[in-house]
Amino acid sequence: MASKTTDTAPNQHLLTIEGLSVSNITKLLDLADSYATHNRDIGTKQSLLSGCTQINLFFESSTRTRTSFELAGKRLGADTINMSVEGSAIKKGETLIDTAMTLNAMQPDVLVVRHPESGAAALLAQKVDCSVINAGDGTHAHPTQALLDALTIRRRKGQLQGLVVAICGDILNSRVARSNIQLLTTMGAQVRVIAPPTLLPASVDRLGVELHHDMRLGLNNCDIVMMLRLQTERMHGTFVPSVREYYHFYGLDYDKLSSAKSDALIMHPGPMNRGVEIDTAVADDIDRSLIREQVEMGVAVRMACLDLLTRESRTQDGKQ
Amino acid sequence: MANNNSYEPQTLGEKRAFVNVRLVDPESGLDVLGSLLIFDGKIMDLGPRLFADGLPSDITTIDGGGHCLCPGLIDMRAFVGEPGAEHKETLSTASAAAAIGGITTLIATPDTDPTIDDVALVELLERSAQDTARVNVHPMAAITKGLRGVEMTEMGLLASAGAVAFTDGNVTISDALVMRRALAYASTFDLLIDHLPQENSLSAEGCTNEGEVATRLGLTGIPSVAESIVLDRDLRLTELTGSRLHASHLTTEMSISAVRNAKARDVRVTCSVTPHHFTLNETAIGEYRTFAKTWPPLRSESDRCALIDGLSDGTVDVISSGHTPQDQESKRLPFAQAATGISGLETMLPLALDLYHKGKLSLHTLLQKMTSTPARLLNLKSGRLISGAPADLILIDIDSPWLIDPDQFLSKSKNSPFEKHPVQGRVLQTLVAGQPVYDRTLQPT
Repeated sequence: MASKTTDTAPNQHLLTIEGLSVSNITKLLDLADSYATHNRDIGTKQSLLSGCTQINLFFESSTRTRTSFELAGKRLGADTINMSVEGSAIKKGETLIDTAMTLNAMQPDVLVVRHPESGAAALLAQKVDCSVINAGDGTHAHPTQALLDALTIRRRKGQLQGLVVAICGDILNSRVARSNIQLLTTMGAQVRVIAPPTLLPASVDRLGVELHHDMRLGLNNCDIVMMLRLQTERMHGTFVPSVREYYHFYGLDYDKLSSAKSDALIMHPGPMNRGVEIDTAVADDIDRSLIREQVEMGVAVRMACLDLLTRESRTQDGKQ
Repeated sequence: MANNNSYEPQTLGEKRAFVNVRLVDPESGLDVLGSLLIFDGKIMDLGPRLFADGLPSDITTIDGGGHCLCPGLIDMRAFVGEPGAEHKETLSTASAAAAIGGITTLIATPDTDPTIDDVALVELLERSAQDTARVNVHPMAAITKGLRGVEMTEMGLLASAGAVAFTDGNVTISDALVMRRALAYASTFDLLIDHLPQENSLSAEGCTNEGEVATRLGLTGIPSVAESIVLDRDLRLTELTGSRLHASHLTTEMSISAVRNAKARDVRVTCSVTPHHFTLNETAIGEYRTFAKTWPPLRSESDRCALIDGLSDGTVDVISSGHTPQDQESKRLPFAQAATGISGLETMLPLALDLYHKGKLSLHTLLQKMTSTPARLLNLKSGRLISGAPADLILIDIDSPWLIDPDQFLSKSKNSPFEKHPVQGRVLQTLVAGQPVYDRTLQPT
């Protein structure tokens, strides 16, 4: 098993995008790209992670992310186990750290964690010997989502540098937005965030983005429009007055999209609220929407992450 | 030269002119004897030499007798009764009262029944006003649904429908988070939030200013800090969110000082006071005169003087009537049970002019607070005496002395504490979009 004290410690976990260099990201994306091609062209299962154990530990409900990680592990030949909060010891009052220690004793190679509290993945990573992949912690980070978004964009536009990317919607409560802002600005894209002030975190401009409250101005001349989900409980007068008003000013329809470049592409991390943040016709526009491709790239990116993070432990195991 | 001494609407192509008037534009400082030409509902031209080459023959002229011609007043806060309180006031009676008072634009508060918190109601009020009001009426919409202080209204859509600002009327938003989000959300569209600060938990039981008068009368008082606590909170939240706040109907020395300090920090705040708060103090309630029961209450003499200081040094931006018509039944009650408010449309200008006559404010500074400043805050084109502006005009005899007689009010409600109050200055004519809506003299040449 990999020890926390090895020189490769920085690469043992994937907890956030923050701190990753251009070459780190490029390496990950290159590898993911090759997996994407492999998945499309050959599609056969590999045995790279044969004998490795991957535990998907989900403290928050998720369909696409958990399935994507599970599929990624299985395609690489790992033994994947899903643990969800329902029916687990967590429900019986076990603390996060106790759960971590218990799982650690079972000696998995990778722990994929989703948790409703920011910082939970980092806390787990301090307590276990295996690699930890953050599959979303609170409103902090969702690094594999940012990587899959970047891969999707790169495959369509060739590169990230110089692109104008608008991220629209509930930035305040979005870990996807935070990770995307970090990744895209690191890679030299120009990032704009578009939202009413009630959905923007304080000092978000300090993250190197341009702020917009007017969606048409914010979309002006942009290459990529990234929509975020607005949760229904925030739509009735607390953060925004109503669905009707939100859709009127911040819902992506063809009219607002016309401010963007004519070949601008549309992304959404899902699940979508059609008629709230995005018009159905726009979401389903096969020429503009990358939403399905994002899901496909998700598997490739997660394969690349699993591959890279377990390289050290696999080498050591081989030596033993 | 045609004579015109009726209210028949003129055709659009017809021109109308005031001659021999003192042209007073509060914003630019213009103050000159001259003429003003109206065409197509707008001011076409004005100046001392406008008709130097003689009057064209196709013009209806009105000799102003050297009196002041200035922009019609914009009252930023009036309760117009509709919908739901038609027994107290209607758009028709409120606008008739406004016309006599020199007010050509009424900003209606949304604390009606139902509350103006929905696009359809904004449109309804605008349509009713077009049908029945003599002056311009623009609605403010509610900040929170049903004035409950919990959920924001659809401010963006309401503004598109014609709401010129947002307020919960005399209801204070007690939850700081709701206020923060409302201010932040309003800033999306740079909308104005009008808020009357009052800490409900401190003021709910009270009916007059806390102090000696209340103590002698055995009435529960409302402390000055009830206003300060919420105002201070609002000022900090406005600073935090970078939004636009209009603190309405401030009454205390502490409040004026707080706004003065906030303005020095470049907080985007403006504020208003009412004529009754700078004209009367707490002693006006005398032996339980319910006509002097107001919301917020009349304060101490030093507070009253501080409001005037605030008006003169620019801390106070706006004078609004706070028009709150009440029927007799709601005032003929024991003091604590009686309704609050003053019927104020017909007395706003004469009471305000008192500050000019006493040398506290220049005429231009005073008029700015009822014309160009509210126009700027609400993005209205009126409030100026410049060519191209709407011909919403008033001709005032600023010196004429008279005694206020609430029985003569055109407002449906006569609840005024100013009976037999001596004032100086009277509206002679009021025009809205070039059309006369009130004429005291009917003296065309």
